[in-house]
Amino acid sequence: MDHQNFDFQITLKSQPTFLPAAREAIQAAAKNIGLDDKACGHIILALTEAMINIIKHGYSNQPDRPIWIGLQQVEKNGRKGVRIILEDECPQIDLEKIRSRPLDEIRPGGLGVHIIKEIMEDVSYAHRECGKGLRLTMYKFVNAPAESPTAAAG
Amino acid sequence: MASTDTLVCQTQTLADGWLLILQGDVNFTSSPKLRVSILELINHKPDRLVIDLAGVPYMDSSGVATIVEALQLQRRANRKLVLSALQPKVMGIFEIARLHTMFNIVPDTQAALLA
Repeated sequence: MDHQNFDFQITLKSQPTFLPAAREAIQAAAKNIGLDDKACGHIILALTEAMINIIKHGYSNQPDRPIWIGLQQVEKNGRKGVRIILEDECPQIDLEKIRSRPLDEIRPGGLGVHIIKEIMEDVSYAHRECGKGLRLTMYKFVNAPAESPTAAAG
Repeated sequence: MASTDTLVCQTQTLADGWLLILQGDVNFTSSPKLRVSILELINHKPDRLVIDLAGVPYMDSSGVATIVEALQLQRRANRKLVLSALQPKVMGIFEIARLHTMFNIVPDTQAALLA
């Protein structure tokens, strides 16, 4: 996995049978950091959707490819949370193709990205610098972002 | 180890269509099976297709997408699709995906027959 100083990191092969173990490990790590059940539930849901997209669409169901998952405790604007990064060795496709679709145009994979973006914050996809694979970065903070008084005043 | 890949699909006839009763997780390994079952029923042109989800503890986006496809097919033919008895986790994913308002969701099969 590229540079990064993770608090918790796992590697798995691209097999659906490993998804429950990956979910449990990340959930335990997130709870250990102090996230509540709701936040952990959202993390697990987003993580599952991300892993499915990698296995099904990135790797075309090949069972022996690597998936790396890293979790790091972070703080932003006084809010505690976690940064979760998934990396793979999928083809480096045009990142514009990884987008949530309008709900009346649901197609394989698009709904998963939509769900990830709905429940996580600061979701971004990037090409790995090594030239092979993608990196998904997403955050979950304990408290929802506070609306600034100036924004509310319009 | 909990089984996550066994989905059972049972059907019952209704006066105006079909009731599809699901048992098990609907995930990306089992959703193709669900899709086949749904398409088989829709081929019979039911005025009403009810999908009973009381026995579904977990559904991922592939399951939701399969059910959305069913809704699109029924609507195109001016026919009904009703979802009944969603467990909280499953309802949660519909809400997160902002799809819960697209569907006719009722608490049980009895209500589905009247919907």
